[in-house]
Amino acid sequence: MRKSRSGVLGVFAYLDTATEAIRRLREAGYPLTVYSPTPRHELEEALEVTESPVRIFTLVGAFTGTASGAALAIWTSLDWPLIVGGKEIIALPAFSVIMFELTVLLGALSTVAGLFLNARIPRLGRAESLYQPSFSAGNFGVFAHVPRDRYDAVRAIMAECGSEEVLVEQA
Amino acid sequence: MATVTRSVFHPFVKGYDDVNRDSMRLLTKPGKGYLLLLGTAIGLVGLMVLAELYQIAFGLGMAGLTNPVGWGTFITTFVFWVGIGHAGTLISAILLLFRAAWRQSIYRFAEAMTVFAVLTAGLFPIIHIGRPWFFYWLLPLPSERHIWPNVRSPLEWDVFAVTTYLTVSSTFFFIGLIPDLAAARDAATVPWRKKAYTILALGWRGTEREWKHFTRAYLFLAALATPLVLSVHSVVSWDFAVSLVPGWHTTIFAPYFVAGAILSGVAMVVTLMVPVRKIFHLEAYFTDLHFDRLAKLLLLTSCIVGYAYATEYFMAWYSGELFEKDVFWDRVTGDYWWAGWSMITFNAVIPQLLWIPKIRANLNAFFLITIFVNIGMWYERFVIIVPSLAHSHEPWMFLNYHMSWTEASILMGSFGWFFMWFLLFLRFLPGLSIAEIKEVLPPPLKHHHPAEGQLENYYEELPTEHKEVERR
Repeated sequence: MRKSRSGVLGVFAYLDTATEAIRRLREAGYPLTVYSPTPRHELEEALEVTESPVRIFTLVGAFTGTASGAALAIWTSLDWPLIVGGKEIIALPAFSVIMFELTVLLGALSTVAGLFLNARIPRLGRAESLYQPSFSAGNFGVFAHVPRDRYDAVRAIMAECGSEEVLVEQA
Repeated sequence: MATVTRSVFHPFVKGYDDVNRDSMRLLTKPGKGYLLLLGTAIGLVGLMVLAELYQIAFGLGMAGLTNPVGWGTFITTFVFWVGIGHAGTLISAILLLFRAAWRQSIYRFAEAMTVFAVLTAGLFPIIHIGRPWFFYWLLPLPSERHIWPNVRSPLEWDVFAVTTYLTVSSTFFFIGLIPDLAAARDAATVPWRKKAYTILALGWRGTEREWKHFTRAYLFLAALATPLVLSVHSVVSWDFAVSLVPGWHTTIFAPYFVAGAILSGVAMVVTLMVPVRKIFHLEAYFTDLHFDRLAKLLLLTSCIVGYAYATEYFMAWYSGELFEKDVFWDRVTGDYWWAGWSMITFNAVIPQLLWIPKIRANLNAFFLITIFVNIGMWYERFVIIVPSLAHSHEPWMFLNYHMSWTEASILMGSFGWFFMWFLLFLRFLPGLSIAEIKEVLPPPLKHHHPAEGQLENYYEELPTEHKEVERR
C-alpha cells in the first residue's frame, strides 16, 4: 500500500511515549513511518516488524559465489590443461579456497544489494519537508500518513501520549 | 526519589545527545599537533614514493633481495599489515556476533584500522613484483593466449583472499557508517561538509523500514566477515606452509598466523586508542573497562602465540628432521639471533605482565607493551621469512639478507601511508559509532524502566552520586 504524503508528525523525546503513540495510532488504523536515532526492540515490538528478506539475498549471493568460484577455477584450468606437480587438472582441494573467497565476496555484495533494494536507499532528491535533524540525535519521530480530515484526531493522540511537538504536512 | 539509569559501559555519558556532540567534536577541532602528525605522515609517504620510483628506474636489484633470500622486507611487511587488520574485524564482526556490548564504542576505530591496514598491505605485493604496472596479471582476466593465473598456487589464493578481505571490510565499514553520516549531515554547519555528508549518507533518515533491513544486513555482513577474517591469514600462512622450505612447511601455520594477527592487531588498536583518547578527551567512551578487556584479549592471543612458538620447537626436535632442527636452532643462535629473541621476548614474554591487574589498569604501561608487541610481530614475520630462506638445506647455499635503504624507506613510508589515512579518517568521518553506542545506553524513558532482560547492561544510582559523575 502506498502511504499518502500528507500527514502529522509527532516529535518524542522519550522512547516509551513514542511506543505508546505508535500503539494507539496503529490501533486506530493509521499507517505510520517511525524515525529513530538507533534501532530499538521496543519500537519493533510496537510496530510488529516482520522478518527482513535481506537474508534471502545473502543466501542466494553466497551460493552464487560458491558456484562461480568453482566455475572460474575449473574452467580456467580446463582452458589450458597443463599438469603441474602431478596434480589433477581439476584439483578441488586447491579450488576450495577460491570457492570460499567468492562465497564471502558475492554473499557480502548481494547483502548490500538486498539492503539497498529493500530499504530504498540511496534515496535521491530532497528529504521530506518534515524530517527533523534531531531524529539522528536524541529524538524519535512518529509520522501518521493520514488525510487532512483526520489531522485533529491524530494530533490529539500525539499530545495525549506526550509528544513534544506536533507538525503538520501540508502537501 | 528518582534514580538515574546509566550504562555500565559508559557511566559518564548522559544521553543520546551527548554521543552526537562528542562524536561531532572530533570532526571540528584539528590542533597544531594533528597537522604536525599529518604532515609527518604525508612526508613519509613522499619518501616511499621516491624510493619506489628509484626502484622502478634502477630495477628490483635496489631491494636487498638475492638468491636464496627472494622474499625480504616487502613480504614481511605485507604479512605484518594484513595481520594488523585482523583485530579490527574481530572487534567489529566477531564480537558483534557474540553480542559483546563493549565493542560498540571502539569498533569504528578498529574497523577503520582494518581497512587502512589492508590498504597498506595491498601495496607490498605490487611493489614486490618489480613491474607494478603489470599487477593485473595476478587477476583472472581473459587474454588472447588463454593464459590464466594458476589457481592451484597459494599465491593466487592470496590474491583472492586479500582482495575479498579489502572489499568486504570496506563494505562493512561503509555500511556501518551510513546512519552516522546521516547524523553528521544533520549536525554539519560548514556547507561543503553538509553537502559531502548528504551524498555519503545516501538519504538515510532512520525510519523503521531502513533500520529493519539495516540491522539484518549488518548482522549477515558480520557473519560473512567472521569466517573471512580467519581464512585470510590462514591463506597468507599457506604461502609459506605449502612450500617445502624448512621452517615454513608445517601444519600449525594457519592457526599460528591467525593468533599472531589478532595479537598484533589488538596491540595496534590500543596503540592508536590511547593517544586518540588523550587528545580528543574520549575518556567517557574508551573507559577502563574497554582497556581491561582489550588487555585480556592481548594476553590470550599472546599465550596462544607463545604456545605456537613452543610447538614449533617441539616439532622440530621431535621430528628428528635434520634441516628442520637446523633452521630452528639457527633462529635463536645463528646470525639472526637478535630477531629471534626479540620476537620471543616481545610477543610471548613481555605481554605476560598483563596478568597483573595494576599493569592492565595503567594505560602508559599497557601502551608501552603494545609498542613492544607491534615491533615483535614485525620481527615474527621477518624471522619466519628471512632466516628460513637464508639457512635452508645445503650450507653452500647459505647467504644472509641485508635490508637496503630502498626497502627501509618503503617500510617507513608504509607507516606514513597508514597513519595518513587514519588521521584523515579521524578528521572527516564519525570516529565514534553514534548509532551503535546508543544501543548500549539506557533509552530515554518517561515512565517505565528498561525491559527486564536489559538490566544487566545498566545500573541505577541516586542523583546525589550523579554530582560526582558531573565532576568528571
